[in-house]
Amino acid sequence: MIPSLPRPAWLRAGTTLYLALFLAFLFLPLLVVAVFGFNDAPYPAPPWHGFTLDWFIGNEAKGRTGLFGDSEILASIWTSFTVACWVTGLSVAVGTANAFLIERARFPGKAALSLLMLAPLVIPGVILGISILAFASRLAEFADDTFGLELEFLRPGLPLVVLGQFSYIVAISTLTISARLKRFDRTLEEAAYNLGASRAAVFRTITVPYLRPALIGSGAIAFLMSFENFNTTLMLVGADSPLTIMMYGRMREGATPVLNAVSLFLMVASALLAFTLMRGGSSQKPAPAA
Amino acid sequence: MLEAGTRRWQARLMLGLFLMPAVLWLVSLIILPHLDLAILSFRERVAPREYRASLEQYRTFFAEPLYWHIFVRTALMSAIATLLTLLIAFPIAWTIAKLLRGRASSLLFVVCLIPFWVSETVRTLGWMILLRESGVLPSLLVKLGITDVPIELLYRDSTILVGLVYTSLLFMVVPLVGSLESLDNALIEAAYDLGASGWSVLRKIVIPHAAPGITAGCIVVFMMTLGNYLTPTLLGGKNSQWFTEQIYTQFITRFNWEQGAAFGFLLLLLSTSMVWVGLRLTGQRFGEVMRRS
Amino acid sequence: MSTPDLEARSLVKRFGAYTAVDTLSFSVARGSFFSILGPSGCGKTTLLRMIAGFIAPDEGDILIGGNSMADVAPNRRPVNMVFQQLALFPMMSVGENVAFGLARRGVARAERVKKSAEMLERVGLGGAGHKAVDELSGGQRQRVAIARSLVLEPTLLLLDEPLGALDLKLREHMKIELKQLQAAFGTTFVYITHDQSEALVLSDHVGVMNKGRFEQLGTPQELYYSPATPFVAGFVGSNNKIAGRAKSVQGGIVELESAEGWSIHAQAHGAIAAGAAVEAFVRPEVASLGRTSSELPAGHPQYAATVESLLFDGANSAVLVREQKSRFEFRIALPQTGRFADLKVGEALQFGFDPARAVCFPVAGSPSA
Repeated sequence: MIPSLPRPAWLRAGTTLYLALFLAFLFLPLLVVAVFGFNDAPYPAPPWHGFTLDWFIGNEAKGRTGLFGDSEILASIWTSFTVACWVTGLSVAVGTANAFLIERARFPGKAALSLLMLAPLVIPGVILGISILAFASRLAEFADDTFGLELEFLRPGLPLVVLGQFSYIVAISTLTISARLKRFDRTLEEAAYNLGASRAAVFRTITVPYLRPALIGSGAIAFLMSFENFNTTLMLVGADSPLTIMMYGRMREGATPVLNAVSLFLMVASALLAFTLMRGGSSQKPAPAA
Repeated sequence: MLEAGTRRWQARLMLGLFLMPAVLWLVSLIILPHLDLAILSFRERVAPREYRASLEQYRTFFAEPLYWHIFVRTALMSAIATLLTLLIAFPIAWTIAKLLRGRASSLLFVVCLIPFWVSETVRTLGWMILLRESGVLPSLLVKLGITDVPIELLYRDSTILVGLVYTSLLFMVVPLVGSLESLDNALIEAAYDLGASGWSVLRKIVIPHAAPGITAGCIVVFMMTLGNYLTPTLLGGKNSQWFTEQIYTQFITRFNWEQGAAFGFLLLLLSTSMVWVGLRLTGQRFGEVMRRS
Repeated sequence: MSTPDLEARSLVKRFGAYTAVDTLSFSVARGSFFSILGPSGCGKTTLLRMIAGFIAPDEGDILIGGNSMADVAPNRRPVNMVFQQLALFPMMSVGENVAFGLARRGVARAERVKKSAEMLERVGLGGAGHKAVDELSGGQRQRVAIARSLVLEPTLLLLDEPLGALDLKLREHMKIELKQLQAAFGTTFVYITHDQSEALVLSDHVGVMNKGRFEQLGTPQELYYSPATPFVAGFVGSNNKIAGRAKSVQGGIVELESAEGWSIHAQAHGAIAAGAAVEAFVRPEVASLGRTSSELPAGHPQYAATVESLLFDGANSAVLVREQKSRFEFRIALPQTGRFADLKVGEALQFGFDPARAVCFPVAGSPSA
């Protein structure tokens, strides 16, 4: 059971074996994705035909379109990146305001409001997507019928994707930032005030530096979740597909190893992001919230 | 007095400034869209651009066996996936929280988190390469002489379950580790000392203590599985019969928003009621559980 | 005398029906060490926070250096505070902590660095400026918190039980250090504590606070030797308390008889009529002890007793005796001579004390002050 109690040998061996199987289960899919990105064959499947970088740098001339020659994929990465930046900025900003609202302000109905802020986390992403889609369309039609206005941003497309992702990612940012703010010792602010700092200086020199790990952590989580989001995005997407949607489409058709190449690229990017975060904010490990 | 009045007015202004984004967010992106969805689900088209209030959409759901069959199937599969995830994740969480110490423990924890930094699309791609007829595992089975010809491992219910469990593991491991770490080893030692067996320690000490974490994990996993779209459709193919797929079909393919809205509401109802039941069973509060996970 | 550094005029602060600070007036002379001593909940923290400006008084005014603080925000008051948990900024180095207030005043960077290094030098932390706050020991953090405030040369330094979080040994050490720092800087210190020993050791003047008011304001010696109220007698130093009725009052000396029938004499404080309910306080070191009555100073009443228990504590050793007739438990300090080192539990003794050094107060049906 625990190290201080005797464990029979079979249990020890069993535990080790289980751990090994579990890790294999975790990493095997990622491993094959990475390996078959370098297979010199038109499909990501065995057998192994030899090593190639075609799926990264191949171009029309060679008969194979690699990741860096595939304008569709590059465009969708850029789309995902743009959307993720918007979602991150909005989520961290609104999440910070919400955190102060929950931890600092007093007003009637606060308990209900803070509970309501958690609601988006229990609504399936598909439903968030269709409800926002339906509501936005209704608004657009209303504007069209009543004022003759054509509000393009209310039609399926990137602005709606941003709003849809933001609608629940901000709930996670709120949780992360308010958890940190809750642990904040307010006498630090009093002490700074007492030492002659103005309210703005207190906020800038004490509160924000204290919150910084949570701001960075929730920013990274927001970025990642936006980049990887599928369910909500699927319902709201217009002509420009973010990467996940594009990959999904190709996977259904039976794709070339260029998808493996993209995936490997994503893995490296997430690993870099995770690594930077852990080095930067080693004092606070970013909560792997939902 | 004027001074105090000005200050109060300033405080109100600040409060308003901070309230505005939250209210805008919740009202315009959560409350109103869902109200709109509800309205949509309770109407019926009688002619182009002409609607009337009706229960027709819900009637269709119950009258058409295919729909409620898929609904029940989705719920059952999600429940099974949740249970499997719990069973697989528990020993891992126990290893992280109790068996390993210091660096080894946090290393294993980080290792468990790594796959979840990668997009679900990528992970699913991995499973497809592993399991499809021309994939890695079938050809391995042929090589080992277990099967004569490569067999299709995709598009089975068990494949969907594997994919769902894989996707959900993190959301089970994290709350479990949290609740197991807070269990004092001395309690287990004391129970042993008092003559309890490993099994009864698990039943009487560990599980009651970890109940909040188990509930939190199960709620989150069930919810996410229920609402999953990518894994069932890609790993299950045409046989996936997942309810979110029905919503998508109604909404996007058939453009029958009324029917899609009704389906959406049914799914929301199921998801919310499971959360509610889960919380009731263990007497926990929603906010606490969400913060834990 | 110049204007006092701190003056409170009829300060009142209520929280709902509860009055935390009740019409308090006092002043603190420039360069002195002033302590506010009281049990928790007596209103001392509220008073300190009003001086710092974190709480606005309901009535009355606070003057610092002769200027009213009525509409002055805490960040504009010439007052700095050492917080109970110190509130050092964990996101800054020691040097940045000390330079924080200077930076807020717009002091140039080079000047800031120089001043904060000098200040750290003065509190014995020279060269520690680059360290992180959590690399310091408890006592060093204490000094950083003080340095951070003193570098701003405030008129007044407020200290909110800063020794409370330290362990006993360090607390004893820091007491001495605080006193030396105050003497070296000459800044006026206002110190709040619930520890009477801290207040007595450190202060020039002490205000003993109870239920929002000062029971007594005076030097440590005055508080100890002539407590003004039963509360002060009971709170400052240890005391034997004997309650009973005044049998007679003669020449300022009350003869008190306890409920158990023990009769003692003590100096009357306040108007006491014969028959009134009274309580007397006798310090353990005021009573003297003898194996026979001839060993005791002549002229004072003597009582027979048996040893109940021995409380050996080095220089603070004492003995608990039971007065024979009334079975009253009485504490007596043991002399340093070692004369009673062989005392045994159950041994018969004589003890007595000078009635002029014992104090007797009327028991107040109405407030005693």
